Amino acid sequence: MSTTTLERPVRTVAARVERPEPPSALSASLTLGWRSVLKIRRIPEQLFDVTFQPVIFIVMFVYLFGGAVSGSTTEYLQFVLPGILVQTVVMASLYTGISLNTDIGKGIFDRFRSLPIWRPAALLGALLADGIRYVVAAVVCLGVGMAMGFRPDGTVADVVAACLLVLVFAFSLSWIFAFLGLVMRSAGAVQGVSLLAMFPLTFASNVFVDPSTMPGWLRAWVDVNPVSQLVTAVRSLMAGAPDAGAVGWSLIGCAALVAVFAPLTVRAYRRKA
Amino acid sequence: MTTLAIEAHGLVKTFGENRAVDGVDLAVRAGTVYGVLGPNGAGKTTTVRMLTTLLRPDGGSARVLGHDVVDDADQVRRLIGLTGQYASVDEDLTGTENLVLQSRLVGLSRSQSKRRAAELLENFDLTEAANRPVKHFSGGMRRRIDLAASIVVTPDVLFLDEPTTGLDPRSRGQVWDIVRDLVAGGTTVLLTTQYLDEADQLADRIAVIDRGTVIAEGTSADLKASVGRSSLHLRLADETQRDLAERLVAQTLDTTPHRTPEAGVITAPVADPDVVADLMIRLRAEGVGIDEIGVQRPSLDEVFLTLTGHAADDDTERSAA
Repeated sequence: MSTTTLERPVRTVAARVERPEPPSALSASLTLGWRSVLKIRRIPEQLFDVTFQPVIFIVMFVYLFGGAVSGSTTEYLQFVLPGILVQTVVMASLYTGISLNTDIGKGIFDRFRSLPIWRPAALLGALLADGIRYVVAAVVCLGVGMAMGFRPDGTVADVVAACLLVLVFAFSLSWIFAFLGLVMRSAGAVQGVSLLAMFPLTFASNVFVDPSTMPGWLRAWVDVNPVSQLVTAVRSLMAGAPDAGAVGWSLIGCAALVAVFAPLTVRAYRRKA
Repeated sequence: MTTLAIEAHGLVKTFGENRAVDGVDLAVRAGTVYGVLGPNGAGKTTTVRMLTTLLRPDGGSARVLGHDVVDDADQVRRLIGLTGQYASVDEDLTGTENLVLQSRLVGLSRSQSKRRAAELLENFDLTEAANRPVKHFSGGMRRRIDLAASIVVTPDVLFLDEPTTGLDPRSRGQVWDIVRDLVAGGTTVLLTTQYLDEADQLADRIAVIDRGTVIAEGTSADLKASVGRSSLHLRLADETQRDLAERLVAQTLDTTPHRTPEAGVITAPVADPDVVADLMIRLRAEGVGIDEIGVQRPSLDEVFLTLTGHAADDDTERSAA
């Protein structure tokens, strides 16, 4: 018999382990979020885009355009840093779709879906864990900016509020990329389409320059671009003079994104064979 | 007992033009091992995915322990365990982390999860790999951690999709032991396999599936009996005498011999083993030299060949069809 060939016998069911009640929706989401955090710890390269990239952007843009745009690099830094903070975190949310696309192709999602847990828990867990990446991005941006001479006029509470607003926005936006991650065929396709959407969102905005010199058609877009609203809100918060309108519009934008894309994403996830 | 753990009626799943599963009926008694045997692309995995609520059937219905897999999917998920064909653990996570994750997701507490993970690693001979990422595991270890993840709580019905494909004989034996242990503990197991000896070894009943339909069902003995009581294996000393030998076999045994891919080997169903003696005398009289001759119960390979008209691993013909 096959047993005789074993060096050590494999014994499995000493006792029956009864199945407890399934975990709550929150508990399942947090457990799956914990999985993503473990993966970040295991593969720290995943954090490159939220650590080195913002450093390069800040240094490059400030010294490249600072003099030309604002007359001095210190003045430009004051203007551009909240913008780059927003850009970095918004770009980081793109990764959600790519990682979801690679992840979902593997057998482990079959296992998750064969468990009696709240269905969207795997999605929500991944999205929540990405919050850690956003926090890293925000801390790096602010740290580099401060080291280079960025001084927010607002209080610490204002700055924290500004960062929180960015995090909420990135979380809301990541539902779009999660949706793309589920419906597109390959991770490469997700990246391509997402980047295509990302350029008009981040560059055609008030992140790098004041839109007043732009042609009318572009200004029309920049003014309605949700990223511009967010950047205006973040700038105003960091300056200690919150622009209630921009903050309000940003939050409405977040709510709209989640309201539209969360159900779409969950539906796509349920259907994914 | 006539309690059915799994029952399927006319399950259908189509992918575009391809009817991957085309009216599968299954009835699996509780506490038994049921083997679903078929070549690649026969519809085994698709059937399992429907039974485990991962895929919605396009037609027919299925119940697991009385719960409908579509209408009562959540209840089904509370009763089953699944080990998919492809590693269904997280390759970046360690053995311990995977099992803790799985334990937490079925609802065990943090401390219970840690205890259960350690216990399973110990039982499955994986303790030394506990803190290594699964991607560095060998094929056999991967399969074992996969199985362990499926039984962090004892499932009432366990689905194993090709649990030993690609494993060396020793690892295969270990997986078989695990399955036997689980059944002894009261779990019903449905396993798919392309290995005929695996179905023979483990399964109480077997469904042979080909091109999306069940073409035969029964115990291993039933299936073998359907091909004839026993079969003749004849290896010729000189393979150029094959035509002559085949004619003699056909005349003496009154059956059609099978040509096997192996040169100089003839097999044929035998109704009465006594007649084989007559055959040997005639072979001697005609000057046909024998290298090896035997009468044995037919193997499942032969069953498959007889039922489907093609060999179990005959993929080229299938993909062309």
